[in-house]
This record gives sequence, structure tokens and C-alpha cells, in this order.
Amino acid sequence: MTERIITARWDEPDTVWVDRYVETGGYEGLKGALSMTPAEVIEEVKVSGLRGRGGAGFPTGVKWSFVPQDTGKPTYLVANFDESEPGTFNNRELVERDPHQFLEGVIIASYAVRCHTAFIYIRGEFLWPGQVLDRTIAEARERGFLGKDILGSGYGLDVVLHRGAGAYICGEETALLESLEGRRGQPRQRPPFPAVEGLYGSPTAINNVETLANVPHILVRGGAWYASIGPDKSPGTKIFSVSGKVNRPGNYEMPMGTPARVVIEELAGGILDGKRLKAWTPGGSSTPFLTAEHLDTPLDFESIATAGSMLGTGAMIVTDERDCMVDATRRLMGFYADESCGKCTPCREGTWWAVRVLERIENGLGREEDLPLLDDLCRNMLFRGFCPLVDGAVSPMSSTLKFFRDEYEAHIRERCCPFSDRPPIPAAADEPGSVRTAEVSE
Amino acid sequence: MPVFTPELVEVAERIVARYPKGRERSAILPLLYLAQSAEGHVSREGLREVAGLLGITTAEVEAVATFYTMIRLRPAGRHVVSVCTNLACVLRGAEGVYARAREALGPGCEEVTEDGMFTLHEEECLGACDAAPLVQVNSASYHRVTPDRVVEMIDAIRRGEPPTPSHGEFPGDFRQVSRILAGPDATQAGATQAEEPAGEAE
Repeated sequence: MTERIITARWDEPDTVWVDRYVETGGYEGLKGALSMTPAEVIEEVKVSGLRGRGGAGFPTGVKWSFVPQDTGKPTYLVANFDESEPGTFNNRELVERDPHQFLEGVIIASYAVRCHTAFIYIRGEFLWPGQVLDRTIAEARERGFLGKDILGSGYGLDVVLHRGAGAYICGEETALLESLEGRRGQPRQRPPFPAVEGLYGSPTAINNVETLANVPHILVRGGAWYASIGPDKSPGTKIFSVSGKVNRPGNYEMPMGTPARVVIEELAGGILDGKRLKAWTPGGSSTPFLTAEHLDTPLDFESIATAGSMLGTGAMIVTDERDCMVDATRRLMGFYADESCGKCTPCREGTWWAVRVLERIENGLGREEDLPLLDDLCRNMLFRGFCPLVDGAVSPMSSTLKFFRDEYEAHIRERCCPFSDRPPIPAAADEPGSVRTAEVSE
Repeated sequence: MPVFTPELVEVAERIVARYPKGRERSAILPLLYLAQSAEGHVSREGLREVAGLLGITTAEVEAVATFYTMIRLRPAGRHVVSVCTNLACVLRGAEGVYARAREALGPGCEEVTEDGMFTLHEEECLGACDAAPLVQVNSASYHRVTPDRVVEMIDAIRRGEPPTPSHGEFPGDFRQVSRILAGPDATQAGATQAEEPAGEAE
């Protein structure tokens, strides 16, 4: 078994408390950082090659170096703990089981961009992780890891935990900033990018929880050490969150580039009831499904892109031969339709119409022309929205139309879902044949 | 009767003070949670008072309140039961859990049950797919809930013996949890602090 880095303390529950965290090497990364200049900290993280774990994979050190220091405005660090991508649950467990590691990452990152008020944006539904963080921040304050003069360095920082209130879109960084400023969570036009004009119009670095959890280790063991783990272009480890039809769902930290087969078949114990795998997402529901043919693909940004999907958050939702991919797609499209912020037409209208068409196919009322219609919808939604939410919505639809078109065809031909017990719809039911039929039948 | 009592106004002022000067509007969600903790939902009067506290218009507050599903603008039951029906939970049987909860709670439960005790809510992914199917009661999570188990949970809450969540203690009813969500300034020191490590109680 290769070394676990950011989940190493999970074996010892007492490390959630500051005393035991410090005894196990905690806040050593912060001490190291405070003995360096902010520019040197950024350089070390650049050397590590650490890339953002929230989905986009942008190099973290480079992101920090984009935060200008000569604007006369304050700078901000915002930790994105809005973890809402379906299938993704590593940030939650990282905070529940090693909250100080994450907070230490927040403090080091804040020092690097010279921020004196950092915000942690946590989704409202995370009641328990929020309580853990309230407690953790209070402990860190008491011990001088936060405050006006951290460990006698002269550097001062306070952290504000800000709770969201149920909106998937707020995981998108500019929507998150709108929400944090007290507005509806609708994305902003970019450029300007948040590094230049972010929170309150000030230079802002925004990082995912898993990204920040890696930072203390890079400061303790060096950027070169981190860069030596995994593939050159995607260094380090990644937590893969495996769910769905596997024997041992859970979070598994492995070096980037580990083949998907190792994660699904070995770590997660393979498919339930000895069934065959049908499909899996490499990085949450917004990344195109892959199939059993892709199981030997290394899990890193480049390899997954070559296979036609995206590493995203590393969240692997697994389905087996008993599962209907049309129903899975309909369900996910319903999620995106609910969560579309309504700002732009391709997303607001596209997801709404896609749900209508997918529902009628699933319910046995589909027609032959529905498949070209869905293909057309994919083309008219993908990359046409204001933010990537709409691209995420297209992912399950375009990938199931590609790999499981036979399932769509069977639904239409047999006038029912072949995976369900529901009887076929009689032939006369869908006349006169408009999209309205599906609504009438609901 | 104002929604914000003098005590709540004081809490609101402490919350607003967490944000930089001139950026008071950032406190809008915590203040909406606070209003919700007083009324069980946010009424017109609640929206007006939040606007007054922040020096913005009621329309601006309403625009924000309508965007976020955890801010309820219509009365909810004393306990809000949320069943995740997104893909990862459905693959592990969430549809059966939702159907049984709906049956156990009876007519109108997706708004408020007749006795005012419950609101049932079909929830999106709650970020605990390893523990699917996931159910939350007032945002406290329950792991690997079977259809039979959700009925037992509902019965236990009816009897006044809410089941212990998978992490921590039962945090209270929807109003009490709204107060926790308003942030640490809204609860007495230590009152919401957990006494045990984050290990999973199974």
C-alpha cells in the first residue's frame, strides 16, 4: 500500500483535537511557512505541482501568484467547502476527521496571498462538519494559530465560517462570491478573474478543501517531494470517492494515475452481488460516464481527458448491469434543472426540455425522433452557457447517448423501461404526438 | 410582534460584525436563518426586519431568500425530514426510503403534516454517498437508512425520543437547527460544541 498523506490521521480519531494534532506533527507546516516570505511559500507550492482538486485542476501556486499585492485593497482567501457535486464526499470527511489539517492549509494559503480575513464557505446542509469547524477555529484561536500575531510572527489572520443555504451553483467560484456578498448565487462574467477582482472587488484566491489539506505537507516535506508522487503533470495523491453499486463505498486516497480498476475492483471491493460493472463517472455527475472498457485508464487529469471525460472531483458513481442508464440520466438532468440558477437560456431552458424528453422516454412514451432531438439539445447546451453548470448537465446525457444508445432505443421500441416492472404503454397513448403528451401523462 | 426580539437584535449585530465594514450585506443568510429560528419559516415581517437590520430593501432580501432552498418562506413542520434521491442514493434504494417515509407521514407531508410535526423533503446529493441511502432530520445525517428504519425514526421522533444521528447528538428541531446555522454567535458558548471526536457512531 502506498503512503497516505492527507488521510493518514484518519486512523486516529483523537487527532480531531488540537493537542493530538500538534503531537502528530500538526502546525509544523505553518511554522515553516511563517519562517519564509509569502513569495517563497508560493514558490514551494509551485514546485510541488499541486493542482486544484475542486474539478478544474489549475496549478495552485500559480493561482496564488496571480493575486496582485499592489492594488491598495485587502486580499482575501476563500476556502470552497460547498461540496455539492453528486457523488462527491471527500471534503466532508477531510473536515470531519482531520479539521486542523484543513485549517492549517487555510492559514498557510492566507499567509501566501497576504490575507488577513479568510472565509470558509460551507454548504448549509453540512451541519455537523460546520460544528466541527466552529470548534476547530475556536481551538486554533486559543492556541495562537489564529489571531493578531500568529506564533509571534507578526502575521495576523482571522477566519470566518460562512454557511450557504442550499444551492449547488454556489460551488462555482464566482457564484460563491456573489453568495458570500449576500446576493443570489449567480455566476459572474469572467474576466476579471477572482484573483484580480473577487470578493468585495478585491484580489481573492479560492481553493477547494482537498487542495488546502495538501498544503501543510508540502511545506513540511518540500515541493520536490510532493512532485515526485504520481505522474509528472498531475502530481500528488487524490481522494477517490466511490459510491453506488460497489461492495465497499468510501473515500480512498491513492497516487494520481492509479488505474480506475484498482480503485473500483480492489479498494472498493468490486461490484455488489458479483454483477458486472456498467458505467462509472470519473469525477462526479458532471463528468461524462465511462464504461468497463475504460477501467484501465489511469486516474489523472490528462489520462481521463484522453479517455473522453474529466477527472473532476474524483467522485466515482458506479452502476451495474441491472441499472437503467436512461433513468440515471433523467434523474441527474432533473437535478441540474432544479439547480440551474436561471441566468442563461441554454441552461435554464435546455435542462427543462431535456427532462421532459428523458421522462417520456423512460415512461415508455418516447419516439424515434427523440434521440436526434436529444443529440441536438446536447449540441445547443454544451459550452453555450454562462458557466460550466450546463456543461455538467450535458455530460451524463451525451455520454449515455454515446455508450448506451441501445438502451434508449429499447425504451422507445418496447414502449417501456426494460429495467422496470412497469408494463408497456399501449400504442394509442401518445397520439397526437407532441411533447405535451409527457406532461399530460404525469 | 417583531420577529427580532431585543435579544435577537443583539445576536444579529454580533453576526454583522463578523464581516468587514461596509460589507454588512454578507450577513443576509445568517440573519435569515436567525429569523427562521424565531418563526419556523421566514415571514414577510421577517424579510422586512432583516432588510431593516442591513439597510437594504425588502425586495433585495426577498430576492436572496427565494434563491436558497434552506430558507423556507412557507411554514414547515417542526421537523424537516430530507431523503436524498440523487443517483448515488437511488442506486442503494433511496426511492423505497422516500416512499415509506411518505406513507408513514401521511397526506400533505410534502408541505406540513396535519399535526404540524413534519415536512418531508426530497433532497439533492448531501455529500455522504458512501453512507447511502442518506436521510437528514433537521440537517442531522443518518447513514444507510432502510425503508423500515425511516419509519422507526419517524415513530421515535413522534414519541419525543429522536434517534441519535450518525455524528454528534440530535441537534434539536428545525427552529433550533436554524439558530445553529446562523453561526456560533447565535448560540451560547459551548451549547452546540460537540463533546466527542468525529468518529462515526454506528
